Amino acid sequence: MTVRDSTQPTDADLQIDPDAASAVGRPLPPGQGFFGRLLAAGRNVWRQLTSMRVALILLFLLALASLPGALLPQWSLNSAKTAQYLLDYPTMGPILDRLGLFEVFASPWYAAIYLALFLSLIGCVLPRSLSFIGQLRMPPVATPRKLSRLPHHHRLEVDGTSQEVAARIRAGLRGWRVEQRSELLAGVARGIALDVGGSAVVGANGAAEGETTAAADSDLAATTVLPNSALPNSALTISAEKGYLREVGNLVFHLSLLGLLIAIAVGKLVGYEGSVIVNTGSQFCSTSPASYDNFRPGLLVDGTEMVPFCVDLQNFHAAYTDQGEATEFAATVRYQAGADAGTDTWHDATLRVNDPLRMDGERLYLLGHGFSPHFQITYPDGSVRDYAEQFAPEPNDPNFTSEGAVKVTDPPGVTGDDIRKQQLAIVGIFAPTASVHGGIMTSSFPAANDPGVAIDIYRGDLGMEGGRSQSIFSIDTSQVDKGALVKQERTNLMMGESVTLDDGTKITFTGYNEWVSLQTSFDPAQVWALVSAVLLLSGLMVSLIIKRRRVWFRLRPAGRNDGVTSGDGTADRTVVEIGGLARTDQAGYGEEFSTLTALPEPGRR
Amino acid sequence: MNETMAQISDLAFEAALAGYVVALVCYAIELASRRGGDRGDAQAAGVASRAAQRGGTSTLTRTGGGSSGVTGNVAGGATGAIGLIAPLPTASWGVRFGRAAVVVTVVAVIANVVSVVTRGLAVGRLPLGNMYEFTSVICAAITICWLIVFARTGARTMGAFVMLPVVILAFVAGTVLYVPAAPVVPALNSYWKWIHVTTVALSSSVLMVSGAASVLYLLRGRYERRLAALRPSGGGGGNDIAGVRGFDAARPEVGSPAAEQAGAARTDRSLLGRLPSLATLDRIAYRTAIVAFPVYTFAVIAGALWAEVAWGRYWGWDPKETCAFVTWVIYAAYLHARSTAGWRGRRAAWISVVGFASIMFNLFFVNMVVSGLHSYAGLN
Repeated sequence: MTVRDSTQPTDADLQIDPDAASAVGRPLPPGQGFFGRLLAAGRNVWRQLTSMRVALILLFLLALASLPGALLPQWSLNSAKTAQYLLDYPTMGPILDRLGLFEVFASPWYAAIYLALFLSLIGCVLPRSLSFIGQLRMPPVATPRKLSRLPHHHRLEVDGTSQEVAARIRAGLRGWRVEQRSELLAGVARGIALDVGGSAVVGANGAAEGETTAAADSDLAATTVLPNSALPNSALTISAEKGYLREVGNLVFHLSLLGLLIAIAVGKLVGYEGSVIVNTGSQFCSTSPASYDNFRPGLLVDGTEMVPFCVDLQNFHAAYTDQGEATEFAATVRYQAGADAGTDTWHDATLRVNDPLRMDGERLYLLGHGFSPHFQITYPDGSVRDYAEQFAPEPNDPNFTSEGAVKVTDPPGVTGDDIRKQQLAIVGIFAPTASVHGGIMTSSFPAANDPGVAIDIYRGDLGMEGGRSQSIFSIDTSQVDKGALVKQERTNLMMGESVTLDDGTKITFTGYNEWVSLQTSFDPAQVWALVSAVLLLSGLMVSLIIKRRRVWFRLRPAGRNDGVTSGDGTADRTVVEIGGLARTDQAGYGEEFSTLTALPEPGRR
Repeated sequence: MNETMAQISDLAFEAALAGYVVALVCYAIELASRRGGDRGDAQAAGVASRAAQRGGTSTLTRTGGGSSGVTGNVAGGATGAIGLIAPLPTASWGVRFGRAAVVVTVVAVIANVVSVVTRGLAVGRLPLGNMYEFTSVICAAITICWLIVFARTGARTMGAFVMLPVVILAFVAGTVLYVPAAPVVPALNSYWKWIHVTTVALSSSVLMVSGAASVLYLLRGRYERRLAALRPSGGGGGNDIAGVRGFDAARPEVGSPAAEQAGAARTDRSLLGRLPSLATLDRIAYRTAIVAFPVYTFAVIAGALWAEVAWGRYWGWDPKETCAFVTWVIYAAYLHARSTAGWRGRRAAWISVVGFASIMFNLFFVNMVVSGLHSYAGLN
């Protein structure tokens, strides 16, 4: 998952990357028996899984596997639409359903992909972190023998001895980690054994950084390093490296991805969402899943440990422009949460769209609103009853024409089997600002300026005893088709108007109230998701902005290109060879390199 | 609602659209008329200097400014130098069209920005409330990003390929998507909208420039491979082996000036040869991508924060969210591919193109066809 420098041919070519050497697969000794082979196979799989190619393929798979989630209806988002899709495509639908394509993000194959991806990520990031810590302890790597093979290369001759020039360069390398070494000139150097821990020249700012600068490991020795710079026949080299923070950013980015996944997983386990419709003027208390119309629990939620709270919906206000476009929705509530629940302590609050009420852990959202028309029914036996039922706003109607039904399952004065002949239903629309054209009522404005209802009144058997569940917004039309439920009347009523049926039942449209739909959300891990996301972004930016780059200087007294000299390093002029390598594939090292090439020149600070 | 401002905005948008069309035509004329121009000069110079580096006898093949005929074959010494590239006359009027295109682009984008600003003043909110406004902002952002890229790389021949999607987008915005200035529903009235939608628009625009560069990279790469196959004497990029060619000249059936000239003329007629170099296109694609990717990441995070405030959860796999995630994963793959051996270059460019397609899909298809929580595009 992480950017693997060792795969870069430039690094591998030049053998300057300590990681590169260790990353080369070691051949297994033959004949280790079954267990050995199993181990080898396991190691092979692991190596494959953590290879960048597999990580890339897994990324593509993840992208590809997510697509059905956007293109096909999903049970969790819109179950009605999904069911409709299944009806529309009777052959393909069930197959897709079996494959989990209507529940992509909860399907096992989707989980398999992202788990493999995260396994790959861990398998890459952890070793990478360890190796990075190792790199921090070590000085910048020794100078490659052939600087001319590097992507950036420069050669110049300047005044001053090698030591003077080296001092100038080191002074100019502020902010770099610097290591100065001396090496035998090529040819002479061959065959001289390494003196481990020998190169002991402290970098310009090495001490300030508190780094140990001893070359602790012969891994470094791309060229032969000598213990003492005072030896004759030697060249001075300066290795410098900058941009370690890039690696930090890279690791932070990948680790915070992991953190994000864990935060999401915790949220899915212990969080829950519940939605409920509450009429203005009534109270709602969240004590158990049963108090909600719709409750979506996390996997570990059994509903016994919900934090109780109560909301008293006092008022709902919607403001509109003259053109009927909504400008504000606000619900005035009183609430009590946590320790206050069940006491007389209430807090005032206003719920708005985009402005939820945040209680102890739980959040309460205003998601929608609608109207409940009130009807008063005077029965033939003289008894009077009031009914109020929530009507659902028609989708895509900005003027809030709402549909619904009032069902009277137990008409007074009727007993026995007669009940199923005398049940009443008021079915129709509620228009907050009614306008009637040709007998058809529609709403012309979303606010309740002049409410009216257009209703059909049925009498007979509502079909409630069959055990089949019914929508509260409509009647079972098959009862009508069977003739069990018979339409008595169709009429438009404005507020206060009434209609009388043939048996003397009088139905009056008495008024309305508003309802709001509220949603409770509980996700204790979401703050950790946010923290992870912020870290992820910071790590990403650091790793993209900062360049990890290296520069090497090799200083030789002038006039000794052949390497066979008798000089003592005190010549007046020094040949400086400079090589530069950016370890990331970011363009733009070139400009910085040209300023680096000016460092050996005298008179520059 | 300010009617005057709304009218100014509409007029400015029409002006911008007209300007984009004119700019596109000018870029296209330059591209079609180009016979080398500055790129050719640079290449000729490169050939000469490389030849010099190799210590071969120098061959000068072509100079700019309308020199005609094979001029170089008298230059060298004993080995004999041959003109490599048939020098065709440089159509300086084409270059003038190119310069005019840049000027028109600047004027058009100013008109576009004026349109966006006056629209915002007319409705008293951020002008990103519907698809029309969003697309208008995207057009302006793409063009500004393109101008910045042009200023830094001088890759003017890319202009036509950037302006083409801009013209299409602006046209669709002005016709299909257009809605009169109006306030937005309360659901959209949040300061998160400022943050989320602005960053989405900006990063998408920059990623589109990146995608255009990658498309051109692939086209140019194919062209160069064809060119390499066409040239018998092993010139990989076509013209950097001047020294070798000097020796080839000894074998008349391979290196005869006439054959060279014919081959070069045939390939030079392709528009693709006039695109910026592969290295330039690759750099443009990568640099724009790494600028846009963190901004896009931020935009997605801001969207999640807004979703937490508006819908009660920070992530719910709404179609738009899913597509944003897919796009993010594709660009993450692009950045990883860039640092994986064997995936750089062509494969990485393909990934970038897929990401580009994913952005377009997310901006338009998801808003217009798929219904979800993001479908308040002003179209339903």
